[in-house]
Amino acid sequence: MSAETAAKTIKKPSEALLSKRRKKIVSDPLVDNNPITIQVLGICSALAVTTQLQPTLVMALSVIFVMVMSNLAISLMRNTIPSRIRIIAQLAVIATLVTLVSEVLKAFSYDMYKQLSVFIGLIITNCIVMGRLEAFAMGSKPYDSVLDGFGQALGYSWIILAVAFFREIWGSGSFFGIPVLDPVAGWLGMNSLATNGLMVTPVGAFMILGLIIWVQRAMTKYVEQ
Amino acid sequence: MELINLGIKSIFIENMIFAYFLGMCSFLAVSKKVSTAIGLGAAVIFVLGLTVPLNWLLNEYILREGALTWISADFETIDLSFLQLIMFIAVIAASVQLVEMVVEKFSPALYGALGIFLPLIAVNCAILGGGLFMAQRDYTLPEAAVYGVSSGIGWLLAIVALAAIRERLKYSNVPDGLKGLGITMLITGLMGIAFMSFMGIEL
Repeated sequence: MSAETAAKTIKKPSEALLSKRRKKIVSDPLVDNNPITIQVLGICSALAVTTQLQPTLVMALSVIFVMVMSNLAISLMRNTIPSRIRIIAQLAVIATLVTLVSEVLKAFSYDMYKQLSVFIGLIITNCIVMGRLEAFAMGSKPYDSVLDGFGQALGYSWIILAVAFFREIWGSGSFFGIPVLDPVAGWLGMNSLATNGLMVTPVGAFMILGLIIWVQRAMTKYVEQ
Repeated sequence: MELINLGIKSIFIENMIFAYFLGMCSFLAVSKKVSTAIGLGAAVIFVLGLTVPLNWLLNEYILREGALTWISADFETIDLSFLQLIMFIAVIAASVQLVEMVVEKFSPALYGALGIFLPLIAVNCAILGGGLFMAQRDYTLPEAAVYGVSSGIGWLLAIVALAAIRERLKYSNVPDGLKGLGITMLITGLMGIAFMSFMGIEL
């Protein structure tokens, strides 16, 4: 009886569902520790889909789903995975989730599936997913890991959506497929505003991302040595 | 002749980095010195040259719809292509592991030079991307082999060129916010413009 009460008193009061520390887990990756602009992870599969906002949104949602679910799964299994084969175990979990996303897309939105082609599959090798599993989910409780996955994926999503926003407006003159530049040209009394063809090519993605990184780092005063 | 055309096309026109952004993570992280860039590039050529034909065999004889007919005619309707992602990544991880062990056993010097990069390659998007593009474009076996090796060569070319530029960059005065990743993205963009001059070449 006494041992039981002692155990009860030692047990820490349970943490609030959205305590300060947990809010920080979600908000930190948005700016201060952004996966793309600060940690330099996950650029591989991000840039190719950002010519237009719509596929970028689908990509962002897929990455959010894969990261949250894989962080949860690995965190639940973290004590049973032998450390020598953990990479293979992580890859198997990620590959299963990505297959799920790609089959769902194929069934419900075939055009989008065709447009994203191999880049949905390449979420498997997206360094952010592996990186967070390795750095966070292998050593944290499930709920914290879910928050971490969500925060990191959001940090990734807003950067690729920002890149896609500029590339679509300048490259195709539209916003989510709705023409924007033509009405503006109408108000200004011109026939049309020229779009910049360079923005549709990969070059535009590199340039826009480079400039976004510059602006963001200038604001946070982060300097890479 | 067809094969040479495919090779030139995948080195210059459809360069892994400048046209498809594949393998950007290690491209940015390991391009600070020319010597390490060459090491990683060589490892990528080797692994791509090995895994693309391997994945071709896997796709042709196991995964594709009706691929299992060589076992029995009853399997004609079986389509295992939903397993493609998992099988490809498993082949890549296994062959990287295998290559690592073989190199360690027979050539410790090469292992020392490549050592750190070999495990990294398993999660390099260029390798899986090469496999997926090969499956999507319905290459034949010789085409798949040529495609694997030459897209590796294109990747090596890009990373060595970037590393050479970044070595010179040390002596220039870059604004604080642009240091590191920012200026590297802009340089990659400018290199991309240079590579765009190959576009439109019909082979």
